[in-house]
Formats: sequence, C-alpha cells, structure tokens
Amino acid sequence: MLDISGLTCGYACPPASLCEALRTGEAGFAIRNINLRVADGEIVGIIGPNGSGKTTLLRAVTKVLNPTSGAILFEGENIRRMKARDLARKIAVVSQSAESGFMTVEEFVLLGRTPYYDRLRFLESKNDLEKARSAMELTDSLKLKDHLMSRISGGERQLALIARAIAQEPKLLLLDEPTNHLDITHQVGILDLVRRLNKNFGLTVIMVLHDLNLAGEYCHRLALFDHGEIRKFGTPEEVLDYRLIEEVYKTVVVVEKNPISRKPYVLAISEAARELAAGH
Amino acid sequence: MILAGLLVGTGIISLCFGSANISPAKLLPALFGGENTIEHTILWEVRLPRILLGLAVGGALSVAGVILQGMFRNPLVEPYTMGISGGAALGVCLAILLGLGKKFGAWPLPVAGAIGAAATIFAVYFLSTEQGGLNIRNLLLIGIMVSFICSSLITLIMAVSKVEDLHGIIFWAMGSLEQSNPMLVRIAFTVSVATLFLSYFFCLELNALALGEEEALHLGISVENSKRLLFLLAAIMTGLGVSVAGIIGFVGLVVPHFMRLFLGGDHRILLLASWLCGGLFLVFCDTIGRTIISPTELPVGVVTGLLGGVIFVYVLCRPERKKQCSI
Repeated sequence: MLDISGLTCGYACPPASLCEALRTGEAGFAIRNINLRVADGEIVGIIGPNGSGKTTLLRAVTKVLNPTSGAILFEGENIRRMKARDLARKIAVVSQSAESGFMTVEEFVLLGRTPYYDRLRFLESKNDLEKARSAMELTDSLKLKDHLMSRISGGERQLALIARAIAQEPKLLLLDEPTNHLDITHQVGILDLVRRLNKNFGLTVIMVLHDLNLAGEYCHRLALFDHGEIRKFGTPEEVLDYRLIEEVYKTVVVVEKNPISRKPYVLAISEAARELAAGH
Repeated sequence: MILAGLLVGTGIISLCFGSANISPAKLLPALFGGENTIEHTILWEVRLPRILLGLAVGGALSVAGVILQGMFRNPLVEPYTMGISGGAALGVCLAILLGLGKKFGAWPLPVAGAIGAAATIFAVYFLSTEQGGLNIRNLLLIGIMVSFICSSLITLIMAVSKVEDLHGIIFWAMGSLEQSNPMLVRIAFTVSVATLFLSYFFCLELNALALGEEEALHLGISVENSKRLLFLLAAIMTGLGVSVAGIIGFVGLVVPHFMRLFLGGDHRILLLASWLCGGLFLVFCDTIGRTIISPTELPVGVVTGLLGGVIFVYVLCRPERKKQCSI
C-alpha cells in the first residue's frame, strides 16, 4: 500500500512549535531517513514524544511538504508524480487543523466529494449526496446533518471530520491525533469506528496517537518516533517495551498486559511513588 | 431570485429619478417610443449607461471581495486593502498631472488606472512570493504598505499640481459612475460578466479553501495554482472598477460580508449573489447620490462609504448577531 524509503523532509522556515524538534535535528530537518512499509488493510500507529516528527510524516504523505530525499510510493507509484486530485481520491486525512467556518455538517461532509467533481460541474450529483449520507450514517453523524459545524461538540466534530474523509472513498486514511481533547467515551467511540472501517471496508489506516495505551490496543503495528527518526517499528508488544519507552520518553513506566485483550499497556510512575518504592 | 427582482426594481427607480424626474408611467413609452424626445435621450444616453456601469463596477468589486476574503479566510480583506486601488489611483493621478486627459480624450485615464493596478499587482505579488508559494500574511502586509505608499505619492502629486488638475484628481478619487464614452461602458460590462463567469471555475476551490490551505490540498485542490489565478482574477476586477469609476470604497468589503451573513459560505451561490447585490448596491447609491442634492451630484463613493459604513456597523453591533458569521 504505502512504501516510504529513505525519506528526509522538514521545514526550511520552521513554525515555532517545531523549534524543539529542529534544535535536536541536523540542518533544521524534522524527520530523517524514514523507512516505513504499510501493508494493505493494516492499522499503523505513529507514536513518540512531542516534536519527534509524527505529524511531519503525515504531511509528507499528503504532499504538503516536499521530501528533500527519499521517496513515498503509494501502490507502487511515486506520489510526487500523482496529481493532487488523484491522490485525494485515494488518501483522506483527518487533521487537527481543519477550520470549518460557517457551514452545516452536511455541507462539510459534502466537501469530501470535491476530488470527484469535474471541471465544469458545480452542483453535487445524487451520487455525491448518497455517498455523503452513507458516510454520515457510518459515523453516526447523520442526526447532526443540519447543525452548524461551529455549534457541535469536539467529539461530534471529530465524527464529522471522519465522515468527510470517508466521503472521499479513500483506500488509505490518515488521522492526526483523532482522540485529542476527547473524553474516554469519545476516544473509544472514535477508535472503535476506525477499527470497524478497517475491518468492514479493508481501509488501511495510519494514525498519530499520543495515548500509548490506545495505540497498543487498536493498532496492528506501531512506529515509535524519536528525534525525527523511527526508533522501532513492530507489533505493540515489541514497541511498548518499558526500557524503550523509558528511554525515548525519559519517564519511568511499568508495562503490563490488559487482562481482557492481552495487549500491553503503559503506566506512568510518579516521583512520589518512585521514592516510596526506593525506600522499601 | 429575490436579488434579481430587487435589481430590476432598483433599475427602474434609477431610470426614473434624476435631475429631471420621469414618472414611472411615462417610463416605457419614453424608453421605446418617441425617438427624439428629451426623455428618450436622457434615458438611453445618460441613465442606462450609468446603470450598466454601476452594475459592472459594483459587481466586479464585490466578486473580487468575495474571492479575496474566501482565499485569505479574512473578513477584512478587500480589493482596496490589497494596494490594487492605490496603484490604480496613482496611475490616474499621474495621467492627470501630465495632462494626458486633455490631449487624448476619455481613454488615457482608465488605461493609466489599469496600468497602475497591474503594476501594483505584480509588485505585491512578487514581493510576497517565497519559494514558489504565495504567503498570505506577507501579501496582506505588503498590500497595505503599498496602499500607504501610493496614497502618500498621490498627496505629493496633489501638492504640486495645478488647481484645475487638483479638482479633477479629487473628483476622480471620490468615485463617479459618470462615463461619457459608451464604448468604455460596454467594455466594462463585458469584462465584468466575463470575470464573473471565469470565477465560477474556482467556486469549488474557494469552498475547499474555507477549510484552510492544507485541508484544501487534502481534498485534491492544487492550492498554489488556484491562489495565483484567483488573485489575478480579483486584480483584473478591481483594476476594471477603479479605472473606469475611480475609488469607490466599501462595496468590495460590505457586500461580500453581508452575503456571507445571509446566504452562508457556499461560493457557488455567493459569487453570483454578490455580483448582483454589489451592482444593485452601487446603482442604488448612485441614484441617491444624483438625486439627493439635485441638481448638484454627490460623488457615489461618498454615498457608498456613508451608507455602507453605517449599515455595516449597525449589523455588526446587533446583539443577536451570529458571531461565527465572519467566515
């Protein structure tokens, strides 16, 4: 599906938030020499500390950033040679930055059909309306259809964003911290939805996650980023190793197994608890 | 539909009133019969061209405003904050100063305006382009700076010019739909409609750009190309408006804003509606301008500024205004 080889890419003129990543990197680059192979129908989680280059990778895949070296192949074709419109029919993005302006959820979801419009067609066809409707049904956002984007909650907004991405009928779905700022109900709701989409429609998913436990629970494989490089790429069991996590995140943790799913989960240990343990 | 109706209504009112009032009942006979009556001449040779010009200029300025506001996701952007009008004004002032108007008739002033507009567009454009991409924040700042520079230069020209030239410059700067050359009116109208038509090629791009540039890219829009062409289109429209009618403020700012408020953010509707409403607004203001202190005329720029400004402030200050409306 997606084959990234030797990718180096970053910002020539860095936004302030990336300064941290750049100070540690060489020559001002945010990610260096990335090799990543994502198979069909896989859910890959991208984890790593703030500023380690997770979002930069997504931006390279969507051609927002041009690589300085290396290549990204999508189904064997270099994405640099693909037109933006053709790429948008295959890769959809749920990003953190979307401004939604003054529009209803339905109008917003319909924008997902944009790559399918011909040059001289302005009005959405029946097909587009149906696709948008079924995308909203799938994400359980149909009831919000006539609400304004600016008046719905964070969780509902995330659903609308995913609905728009699905309306693009992509083969690959990229999500940038889809559970950010959500309560646990919505976190699980969103990730269950992603899992369902993956299972029922064979959608390949790459998502950036901050929550290591959710990443371990929902992803088939994880890529651990550290200072703009991939530190480890493998199954959750391989990546969520307490030594590795302690080293990369510089935090003392304990890794246990979830009693139901048998997936690893990570517990942070506070300073007070460490002192207490050392005292014994 | 409502707008189109209103437009026809305003058109009729505008035809009827003026220094010489013609009652609505006499309007049709005067329009289509009696080749040699005074009414016929007034209607066909004075008022109708004026209305057409008002439509063309008002429409073009409003659509340019819609495009720029949509592109920059900034409700304060309008053709005049981009330095385009400043450049056009400077061109015209230079032409007046050099006495070109007296030598060659009606043509040099619009042409000088168009050249001035084009020159500033390219200057602003190239100054704010970096690494093949158009930087919107730079574009705005540079546009505003260019506006300031141009207006300072205009003041300078006014300070050194002769009294009769000064009057011409001032009158032009206040904006007027009086245009004696029927050919220019026809050209302006054609260009205005043509650019409206062209802008429809980009309505989806504008809709997608409302989500932000990166999002638009995710939706398969070639953002850099669209921005470049949209900018050019807006520049042509503004250049047209300024060069034939002088500086008419507020239309490009107020009309798109209102349309967004009432019709939402879909550019497929917005573009046409703004064109109609902009034209309507300008014709309406012009009618007021030439009737209110008749037989003397008030410059249309003064009317748009006063009327538009007051209505705008009123709408924004209404307690129940929808806060999210500003794009």
